[in-house]
Formats: sequence, C-alpha cells, structure tokens
Amino acid sequence: MNRFLLSVAAVALLASAGSAAARDQIRIVGSSTVYPFSTTAAEQFGNKTDFPAPVVESTGTGGGLKLFCQGVGEGTPDIADASRRIKDSEAEACAKNGVEDITEVKIGFDGIVIANSRKAEQDDLTQKQIFLALAKDVPQDGKMVANPYRRWNDIDPSLPDKKIEVLGPPPTSGTRDAFVELVMDKGCEEVPETAAMEGDAKKAACRTIREDGGYVEAGENDNLIVQKLEANKDAFGIFGYSYLEQNQDMIQGSKIAGVAPDFDAIASGKYPVSRPLFVYVKNAHVGVIPGIKAFMAEFTSDAAMGEYGYLADKGLIPLPENDAEKVRQTATGMTPMDTSSL
Amino acid sequence: MTDAAPAPDRFSRLRARPEGFEERSKALTARRYARERRFKALGLGAILVAMALLLILLSSVVRQGYGAFWQTYVRVPVTLDAAVLDPKGTGDPEVIGKGNFQKLIYEGLFGLFPEAKARPERRQLTRLVSSGANLILRQKVLDDPSLVGTTRDVWIVASDEVDQFMKGAIARDAPPAARPLKDGAIAAIDRLEADGRIEQRFNTLLFTQGDSREPELAGIWGAVVGSFYLMLVTALLSTPLGVGAALYLEEFAPKSRATDFIEVNINNLAAVPSIVFGLLGLAVFLGLFNMPRSAPIVGGLTLTLMTLPTIVVATRAALRAVPPSIHQAALGIGASKVQTIWHHVLPLALPGILTGVIIGLAQALGETAPLLMIGMVAFVVDAPSTPFDPSTALPVQIYLWADSPERAFTERTSAAIMILLAFLILMNLIAVLLRRRFERRW
Repeated sequence: MNRFLLSVAAVALLASAGSAAARDQIRIVGSSTVYPFSTTAAEQFGNKTDFPAPVVESTGTGGGLKLFCQGVGEGTPDIADASRRIKDSEAEACAKNGVEDITEVKIGFDGIVIANSRKAEQDDLTQKQIFLALAKDVPQDGKMVANPYRRWNDIDPSLPDKKIEVLGPPPTSGTRDAFVELVMDKGCEEVPETAAMEGDAKKAACRTIREDGGYVEAGENDNLIVQKLEANKDAFGIFGYSYLEQNQDMIQGSKIAGVAPDFDAIASGKYPVSRPLFVYVKNAHVGVIPGIKAFMAEFTSDAAMGEYGYLADKGLIPLPENDAEKVRQTATGMTPMDTSSL
Repeated sequence: MTDAAPAPDRFSRLRARPEGFEERSKALTARRYARERRFKALGLGAILVAMALLLILLSSVVRQGYGAFWQTYVRVPVTLDAAVLDPKGTGDPEVIGKGNFQKLIYEGLFGLFPEAKARPERRQLTRLVSSGANLILRQKVLDDPSLVGTTRDVWIVASDEVDQFMKGAIARDAPPAARPLKDGAIAAIDRLEADGRIEQRFNTLLFTQGDSREPELAGIWGAVVGSFYLMLVTALLSTPLGVGAALYLEEFAPKSRATDFIEVNINNLAAVPSIVFGLLGLAVFLGLFNMPRSAPIVGGLTLTLMTLPTIVVATRAALRAVPPSIHQAALGIGASKVQTIWHHVLPLALPGILTGVIIGLAQALGETAPLLMIGMVAFVVDAPSTPFDPSTALPVQIYLWADSPERAFTERTSAAIMILLAFLILMNLIAVLLRRRFERRW
C-alpha cells in the first residue's frame, strides 16, 4: 500500500515538472480597486468568446506591478491593473527585466468617498477640514503641534459636534495613496503654514496621518468598514465609490467642497476626489498568450466601459467619449507607452 | 478496629483533641468542598462560555447565510424565434450558440409589460433579470435544439437586486436615491408577484457554477473541485512521507544528537505560521521549479509541507502506543524488523495514524494564507479539469466573496462558510469513526 502511494506521488511530481509549460489563459494581477472591473470583463470575455476566461489576482497595485515587471515569459502575468499611474521606478524595473513595451490603457475613473451612516446627517467637508482632522501635526500659533482636534467642531464651528473618527485603508493600499494625494495634499496647500513649507518637511507634514485614534486603519476589506459605519453613526469611512453605490441604503457620501459623490459629479470631474484607473499590457506577450488583443478589445468596448456598459453598472466612472475612442485605439493597436513621460 | 471495652489507652493523650477541634475541622472541610465546587463551577463556566461563543458564531453564520440557498426566479414567456436563432434552419449548435438570448429574454419581459415603451422604463425592466441569464437559457437550448421556434414560459434567474429585495435585504421604504431598485422596478416586481411569476427556488446554481461577478450566478463548484485536487495532492504526498519519516525515527533511527535535532525541528515546524510555508512554496515550487501559478498541484505541495509535521507527530504517538510486548513477541519468534513493523506494529497503529492524517488534511482544507502567496487567491471562472489548471479553494472563495461590494455576496459568503464547515465536520467525523472501528485497547 505504502509503496503504491509512494509511486503515485513520484509520478505526480514528475508530471508536474513536465507540465510547467503552455498556458492558454490570460493572467491579470494588480489593484484591488480595479479587480471588480477586470473580473467582470474577464467573465464576459470568457462567455462571449472561445477563449478561456482570464485569471485575475488581486495583489494591490504595487505588488501587481512588481510581478508584472519580473520579466517576459509564461511564468509572468500578461496584464497589470493599477489604481494609479505606473511609477518611473517601476517602469525602470520593468525595462531592466526585459519588459520594454508596455501599453497603458486608462479604463475610467474611481471616486474616493468619505461616507457615514444614513442615520446621521450628510456632511459637507472641505479638503482643508479633512486635512486638519487627520494630519498628525497641524500648525498652531506659528508652529507644528500634535493634532489637538478631537471633535469636528473644534476645527470649524459650522461642523457637527461629534468625535473625529475615520476608518480608512492602510498604507499598502492604492486607495490610501490616492486619498493622501487628492485630499491631504490639497488640504495642506490651503493651510498657509504648511503651504509655505518645502521639500521633505512639507511632504511629512502633509502626508503623515495621525495615529492617536482619530484615524483607524481598517484593513483592506471595505465591506467591513461599511458594516462598522452602520453600527457607529459618528464615524466616517474612506473607500471606493463602488462600495457606496452598492450600499446606498445604509451609507451616504459626504459632500466635498459642496459636491456630493454621485455618478455624474465624478464623471464630469466636479467631485474633486477622483482618480484614473489603468490597465497595463505586456506587449511581448501579445500573440504568445492567446486572446490578449481580443480581451483588451472587449475591455475597452462601448458595451463594457461605455456610459451604459456593464462596468459602469459595477461602479466604474466612464471616460468622456473622445478619450474613450483614443483609449480604444491604443488598446487594440497595442501602442506602447512613452515611459520617459513619467 | 474492634469495639472491645476500652483498655487503658496509652494514646489517649495523643488522641485528645484540642479545644474547638470539631468546629475547625468542619470549617476546613466546608472550605475544601467550597473550593471544589468553585473549581467545578469555573470549569463548567468555561465550557458554557465556549459553547455560547460557538453558538453565536454559528447562529450568525446560519442567519446570514441560509438565504443564499434560495434564489429568486422570474417566469418569462420566451419566444425562441427561429428567425433570430437559426435563420437557415441548420440546427447547428455553433449557429444557435451565437444567438442573442439576452435580447430574447428582454423581449419576453417587455411583452409582460406592454405599457413600458420608453427606454428608461424598459431599462428598469431589464434590471429585473440577471445579466447572465442568457448563458443558462443558451445551455438549455443547446441541450435540446427542438426548443428553437417555440414560445414557452421559462424560469429566468432574477438579478441580485431583485433577489435581495424579495428577501427583504433592500428596504422598500428607503429613499429612492438610496436604493438600487427604482419605483418602476418595484412596481413591476409587485405585478409579477401578483401574477405568480416570481418565486424563490432552491439555489442549485450555488453548487454547480464557478465564481462569477454576478452574485446570482456565483457558485462554489470551481472552489470545491480546486479544494478536492488540493486535498488529493496533499494526501498522496504527505501520508507516505509523514508516515515513512515517523517510522524511521521511531523504529530505526539511532538515538543520537542528529535525530534529537531532527525531532526538535519537526516539533518546531508544527508551530510555524502557515504563511511561511506559502513563501517557501513561492520560492521553491514557482521560483526554482517554474511550476504554474495558481495551480492546485503547487498548492498541494505547499500544504504538504504544512501538514507533514502534524502527521509525523501523530504517527509517532500512534506507533509508541503499540505495546512493546507485541514488538518483542514478533521479534522473539524470528520475524525481521521489517516484518514486525508491516505485520504487527503498523496495523495496530493504523487508526491513530489515520486520525492524524485526517486532522492534518482538515487543517489544510481550511487554509488560505499559504495559497495567497502562490496565486490561488484569484478570480477563476472555470472549474479546473486537472491539478495543473488555475483554480481557487473553498476558504479562498469565502475570502474573495467577503470582499466583494455587492450586497448579495454577503449571504453567499456565509453560505460558503456553512459548506466548508460541513466538509470539516464530515472529515472529523470520519476520523472519529475510523478510530472507533479499528481501535484496540489493551
């Protein structure tokens, strides 16, 4: 009996070593924000064509690009999802490993919302107020002190009298990067003392988030944040627009500078906290792994990322019509991006 | 011990009790009893707290999850128009398969609401049925091509929003902006309900489908097959390796520093966090051997590393529990060491070994962390047909669904947890039964 099992095991091992080649499905890695969209496109692609549905892994933008840039070959992914643009350093790492031609496809926008329970009032915040509420150090009487604000109305008497408690993503998340860039940096510019700073000191002042309980890192699970908001009506949560859209009966997005985060406001660019989402394709794999071109054609088709497309149903904010046409051409023509522009 | 007449007692002074002895001893006894009662109560309390926590966990999972076993369907009269599906009358599945079945379903739905002419109203109607309903209808027609050209009532899978609404998870009185279903859609649902065209049925799709972005079409089949392959590879590799290692260490290995060192390390490995095995699998199987990412074979190899220590430790305990007299008796009548082990020791230790193996496997079945590193936490639509195809596993599916924004995935997450728990209970039950059946006592 044991000898039999051993031989089966040996055969299994040998077989596995032999089958490492040949891959017929597209592999996608990357951002958890883009994941709902690329999986939907993958599923539709699998249903509509004879190609198998691509396999999508949610690794986070940074982790995904790292895998993507590991090199060319079947063992590496073909497509990377990113909730921010690829960084210069990442493009360099790619080039060093032989990944030279990359097609950059902007698929649409995502709004970042600051939401609270529907049981509470809808608030109207400004980036400056959010910065003052969440920064680690804020200027007071000409010098930087540890953030003294405990309640929102400490910052501005017009704000509600409730404790500052914001649940948000951890530093590893692309959503956090975007939040820092679009809210904290902007708010920082509106405070004269921090706006006057320069270099690393400014970066530290603008981007360091308080750690005394005002901001709670709630992990990558946005559903969990939604549930916590439902339980605690004083708390705010930070997450992508698609979670707000799916849970609109429980939570509401706060207005930022007077604009509420709804589909039209984000699409038109009126809502200030929105970011573009990208998909990067490894050109060297086109033609080697079957179906990459057809998949990108499906992903960028009007039925997918158009205004009434299935990706819009999932919460993707579509590109303006002209841009969408350009993106479609880039994606189907596999025009490599100019990395010197990064 | 006799009660004979008391002789002058030499020990009377020793036996003489000091003042208040009775009371003190009674108090002491009472205190001892009280201490015992307190200890018992504490133990009972611990059990009760554990049971209560388990009950809370289970009841919340069941309460959230039982709804997922039912799915809302809408009965729609669908005209499978031959002019649309198969204009040349070829009967060729290639041609029929390309037909726009979703449009046929929508047209059937519009037929039920003839007054809805404008696009926005019709758009509300299209949201009633699943956007993937065409796939199921298509399969039905391909299975029975004679349906082409007929009009019949077909039960169509409702969209997740309608399903959640029917289950009461979407409040009817919420402000219109705050609910996914608008007034028009709700009015349509009410009419369908009054006509008996909407009902909840047992959700077979949950068991037969792979993963999907549409909650109403998402199922655990792909994950179950993936988990099956994982367990197969793990069982085939870890059992012979683990039992072999334990046999050698217990029966053949000389007592030396080297074997002591190995023993310490095996016990250490049993306590290593599972993510470390994932990193090891990533470096060795994917990095060094270039094996395919996300494949159950790699997952199985990684889980093998993780279960080995459990199996080695359990097997050694089982071997040690075989009485030495059996050993010596076999050796005494001239059996070789190998004969002794194969004919006597192993069969007697088998129930213990099997229990160890099954518990090790059950542990591996619920593991996600090592699979994360080797790419098995992924969106995979098709169930794997071999252990080399990309796939997920049951706990991974739970993790992925828990993180999805759609409301309907919440109940599916809990349903998948219930299914995983059922598998775990089944495996542990088998372990108990095997032990009962084969265990011998001396």
